[in-house]
Amino acid sequence: MDLYSSIFNFMYLFIDSFGFLIISALGLAIIFGMMGIINLAHGEYIMLGAYITTLTAAAGMPFIIALLCGSLGVGLFGGIVDRLIIRHLYKRPLDSVVASWGVSLIMSQGMLVLMGPSIPGLSTPMGSINVGQFDYSVYRIFLGFLAIFIMIVLYVLFKKTKFGLHSRATMQNAVIARNLGINSDRMYCMTYILGSVLAGLAGALYAPTLSIVPTMGSNFMMLSFVTVVVGGADPMTGTLLSGGLLSLFNGGLSMIFGTLMGRLGLLVVAILFIRVLPEGFSGLVERQTLRVNRKKQEAISNGESN
Amino acid sequence: MARAIKAENIVAAGFLVFAFTLPLFKGAYSVSMFAHYYIVAILALSMSLVWGYCGVFSFGAAAFYGVGAYAYAILSLSAGETALTPLYMLVAVLISTLLAAVIGYFMFYGGINDVFVALITLCVSLVLETFMAQTAGSQWSIAGVQLGGYNGINGIPTIHFGNQAITGIPFYYFVLFILLAVYIVLRMIKHRKAGYTLIAIRENRARSLLFGYNIEFIQMIVFALGGTVAGMAGVLYTAWGGYITPNSMGLIQATIPVVIVAAGGRKNMTAALVFAVIYAWFTQTLSATGSEYGNIIVGVSLIIAILFVPNGFIVAVFDWIDKFIGWATGKKKG
Repeated sequence: MDLYSSIFNFMYLFIDSFGFLIISALGLAIIFGMMGIINLAHGEYIMLGAYITTLTAAAGMPFIIALLCGSLGVGLFGGIVDRLIIRHLYKRPLDSVVASWGVSLIMSQGMLVLMGPSIPGLSTPMGSINVGQFDYSVYRIFLGFLAIFIMIVLYVLFKKTKFGLHSRATMQNAVIARNLGINSDRMYCMTYILGSVLAGLAGALYAPTLSIVPTMGSNFMMLSFVTVVVGGADPMTGTLLSGGLLSLFNGGLSMIFGTLMGRLGLLVVAILFIRVLPEGFSGLVERQTLRVNRKKQEAISNGESN
Repeated sequence: MARAIKAENIVAAGFLVFAFTLPLFKGAYSVSMFAHYYIVAILALSMSLVWGYCGVFSFGAAAFYGVGAYAYAILSLSAGETALTPLYMLVAVLISTLLAAVIGYFMFYGGINDVFVALITLCVSLVLETFMAQTAGSQWSIAGVQLGGYNGINGIPTIHFGNQAITGIPFYYFVLFILLAVYIVLRMIKHRKAGYTLIAIRENRARSLLFGYNIEFIQMIVFALGGTVAGMAGVLYTAWGGYITPNSMGLIQATIPVVIVAAGGRKNMTAALVFAVIYAWFTQTLSATGSEYGNIIVGVSLIIAILFVPNGFIVAVFDWIDKFIGWATGKKKG
């Protein structure tokens, strides 16, 4: 393998892993960051998204419509679960872990009963390109860039809209937010639905690349958990940085030692990282921002005293 | 709380009578299955100690369970000396204790708490599972024992005393004896100074720290003891079934003790024990009858438990019986 194609190989592995980590972790990260709830059914939401997308596409719909059906369908499902179960547990995050584990058991077993052990998958769109001696899937490169696009959309949603302002206020201090007239229960519900939509979108986007079985959620579960752990409480910057760092290791190790070592290395890096920075990237970023702000303020007050 | 006649003690006594007389009225298969349920109960007690008493929410039980199980398997197969199996058992339990102590050291002295402990311990379990699952090749062997990837290790000898293999009814009593020993020790701790310290840490870490307790150290020790108990369960499981696979450290295995303890009643050892046996029996019966709705029923009952009896099913029953006793004896609840 010459230098050019090995660089391309690494870039491909990096982008592929980056896209996968970000897209699959965002739903979990938003629910965890905003509500402090660990959604153990996240993997099953992704599975449901993949099923809905595959079935609608198999019924003759264009892929893009199937994609929308998949993510919105899971959003609807998440909304129902929230109204029935999760809303009673907003103040009991640890109990919500158990409840969402129950949801996950029901979903994977229910899907097995409804649809059988597997359904035929879709073919991967967009074909492939050839670099050096390997063929690379264009679709997976596209997903890497799509991950960045989704991040930008979410950034605008959280920083530039009224919903974003209210939800960030609720996240920082729910009591004060309520006193200022924000319906925090509604914010939580909408956040949960948004997280579910993103989980469904992850399932929908990766449906053509995986075999569609009721237990497929567990593949996503572990990696998205690790990404959220390393990212910390801030769903935007945390997830972005942690996805970048982890896929750097994952891509490099996968290229040299194979997929399995890539996966193991990713987990080991995560554990070491969290030992040094228990609050993940969010904690690091927050501390840096505070320091910069303090310096600015000191500079201002120095200027005043002079 | 000094009163001896309360629901918890009545249920514990009832369980004791039931467990000791079970081999008299049940066949060999049921006795063997109940030995397995008690192993699940030991795992649940580990969870109840670490989470219920000390407030450390951890998914690590599966990791220590698996490490204990693999250590016992490798030791007993590589040496091949069945008379030494009790020694291997001790060594295996020691290994899982040490692992728990090291992980606990890294976490608690690193200032990690609450949900982050849960996430890290989950990662540890998953790393071990992923690693063990890929050890299918012949280059993966420890002291001549093939690790076997997803198929795991088979043909592991049970525990022997001298030349006598412990199987069937003696094995049942052996597991029961260990379960009761763990249970009694943990219940005795509860009303000693040590137990109050743990509960103080659970209720308010900062305040306990200001009272001068070395909470990092205490949390680490409790975490290590949880590793001991979970490792013991793993060793017993290996000896019981004669095999071990990476699934014993997977996501499902990691969450089941949490779920059992949460649904049974996490602040009460007896509740955790009784619910573990009921849960294991219930899931086993459902899967044995071939019902495809088994997991769905389990999931629904978990959700109902969390929504309507947040202190746990069994604790709710205890409270109810206690009220009844109080009413019947004309006294206020003690």
